[in-house]
Amino acid sequence: METVGIWCGAILTLAIFSFLYKDNPVYKACEAIFIGVSAGYYAIVYFFDSIYKKFWLGAVTADQPEEWLFGGAILGVLFLTRLFPKISWVARWPLAFIVGATAGLYMVNYFVTNAMNQVASTITDVIARGDAGDINWIQSFGTLVILVGVITGLMYFFFSKEHKGAFGGGAKVGIWFLMVTFGASFGYTVMSRMSLLIGRMDFLLGDWLGLIN
Amino acid sequence: MLNTIATVILLLMGLSLIYVLYLTIKGRPVERRIVFLYIGFGVMLPLLMKMTPPLPITSDVQRLYDHIITLPPGSKVLCAFDYDPPSAPELHPMAVAFVKYAFKHNLKLIIMGLWPQGPQQANMAIAAALEDPAVALFPHEQGVDWVNLGFQSGNEFVILSMGSEFKRMFPRDTRLIPYDSIALLKNVVNFSNIDFIMNFGAGYPGTKEWVQIGVDRFKAKLGAGNTAVQATEVYPYLSSGQIVGLLGGMSGAAEFEKVLGEKGKATTFLLAQMFGHATVMAFVIIGNVAFLVLGRKKKDAAGNN
Amino acid sequence: MRREVPILITSIAGLVFAVSYFIPHNPFGKAESIFGDWVSIVQAFAIWLGVLNLLKVTLEKIFRKSEGWPFSYLIIISLVGTILVGFYDGFTGIYAIPQTSYSDPGTHFDWVYKYFYSALTSTMFSMLAFFVGSASYRAFRARNVQATLLLISGFLVMGGRVPLLDRISALFTDSPIFSNLANWIMNYPNAAGQRAILIGIALGIMSSSLRVILGIERSHIGGGN
Repeated sequence: METVGIWCGAILTLAIFSFLYKDNPVYKACEAIFIGVSAGYYAIVYFFDSIYKKFWLGAVTADQPEEWLFGGAILGVLFLTRLFPKISWVARWPLAFIVGATAGLYMVNYFVTNAMNQVASTITDVIARGDAGDINWIQSFGTLVILVGVITGLMYFFFSKEHKGAFGGGAKVGIWFLMVTFGASFGYTVMSRMSLLIGRMDFLLGDWLGLIN
Repeated sequence: MLNTIATVILLLMGLSLIYVLYLTIKGRPVERRIVFLYIGFGVMLPLLMKMTPPLPITSDVQRLYDHIITLPPGSKVLCAFDYDPPSAPELHPMAVAFVKYAFKHNLKLIIMGLWPQGPQQANMAIAAALEDPAVALFPHEQGVDWVNLGFQSGNEFVILSMGSEFKRMFPRDTRLIPYDSIALLKNVVNFSNIDFIMNFGAGYPGTKEWVQIGVDRFKAKLGAGNTAVQATEVYPYLSSGQIVGLLGGMSGAAEFEKVLGEKGKATTFLLAQMFGHATVMAFVIIGNVAFLVLGRKKKDAAGNN
Repeated sequence: MRREVPILITSIAGLVFAVSYFIPHNPFGKAESIFGDWVSIVQAFAIWLGVLNLLKVTLEKIFRKSEGWPFSYLIIISLVGTILVGFYDGFTGIYAIPQTSYSDPGTHFDWVYKYFYSALTSTMFSMLAFFVGSASYRAFRARNVQATLLLISGFLVMGGRVPLLDRISALFTDSPIFSNLANWIMNYPNAAGQRAILIGIALGIMSSSLRVILGIERSHIGGGN
């Protein structure tokens, strides 16, 4: 079965790669299979791991049922009313619940992690010291770079004030930092995409053709 | 033999880039399918060359390693597998190396996933780790040395719920054995009963969510292995100490394998990664040289007119 | 009623999670736990909504003979086939002694995952490598100072994170200069820029979350009655 599976995988891989030459029916067929298999995969995982394991075993068949889970199931079933245009307005209720819950969680947690703690880290210990108390100049330069970069970056994002004079100069430095950031992101993105391709090539050359161990 | 053929073809490809530069400067850029061929062969051929370039260990990886080696035998590590097959070339080698280390040093693994594919990727990582006969000699009994709690929907709400009680979101493991019946999970109630969280993350939900809730709210210690795309966004957390160390992309995975003394897939793929980058960089240079030359020609022509 | 009830639900859910950060005790702690469970279950139903909607749209496409309708048969066959395989392995495992999981190594579902799902998703995403190369050749130009800075930074990171530029510098020195430089760029200037972006986003999220909880932002409820 493994051999059959590897051949299936290899044929599907090559069929999708055929798109690089030209769009064609074989690619379109694989795209359709991809959509179907992905949707089917997600349906099964969410059914068994959430609906069955958490709700059914927890609220229906458990020795000490957790009745409050029925609330989630009711909201979930209300979500399915979206499929029927006449009663699809009911689906707003579970959607409102999810949006509200996410907003409440993010309002505090996201702010603490990504604003408060980040600001604290930026402005404390700018002058780095070694164990003996002497100044570590190289690390201090780095933390100073971070301090300047964060402040000027935030100056660039502050669009309520015109970027003129000293403020404009600061915003300009901020853009430079952001360009370095985006360049680093580009470099890492190339690395990531190449890794994906290397993975497929390894499958074709190694698992399928057996040319590499 | 394959090694030699691959080397010769790569050399010829390198030389042919001079012709590509010539064509581009002449205002006849090559068709994109030719570029695809260069990238395809640039990645494929190095895989046939059995060479491993030397790789220095960066501070991000060293910091993670320095923390992991302080974990005493018997430590409970929560492993969050938050990635899918497209991210596996980068994250699977990290996961395999970590699992090998864990089994060899008697670290107990509590595996779960915020991505549906995570627990299956974890099964594959464990199977790959146990293919090494040296690792298989160490204890690796499911339920005693490691357990796979599976996937649970809810994204960051799962982490929030785990802060009070793991059992709430994972009442059973993947074999449907009740939480309380699993030997490894005796006395494991929430984050305060585990020694470390190792997250292999490829996006949302992932490392950022673990930092927001697991670290900042419940004071857990977190190490992160991320895809390269995700890793750039995680550096602020490394800088602020919210994560103890970071493995970024395939090179991070290769460094991790090196520092742990394991030779894995990431190390093997490094040469292909190098040539892939070289190909992209070459095309960017060609494009910009042509841009400069053609721009100068246009200026000269405009000046003469 | 159709608008007021959802707004009330949003506010209550939001307040519970916001307040329970500061007051983790009952009733907020208990409410947070219960609501967390509900989110988990509702998300699972949301996925099934998507799957059933896909089935509905695909069947409509076949019925109306819209463009590309023959491929819709493939969507349905692969969707239904995967679900049937998953249900078979899942329920067989539930009633087995000892119980097994639908996703255990060796099951049919695991086979579909490894050789169909993995192959298809990985290959789809791996094509980006070709497109990023082609796009870089055609569009990545150092037209001004900022673009040049982006280009140089990208080059140093691309060449430094893998031992590419170090192979060149190895002719002159043993020290991995470019690797250290790439590492410095990631840990300092990149971290600074990313941090500025993070702080900006956090401030934006805080204000928009507050608007949602207070009922000022209502786009998620939709328009009309």
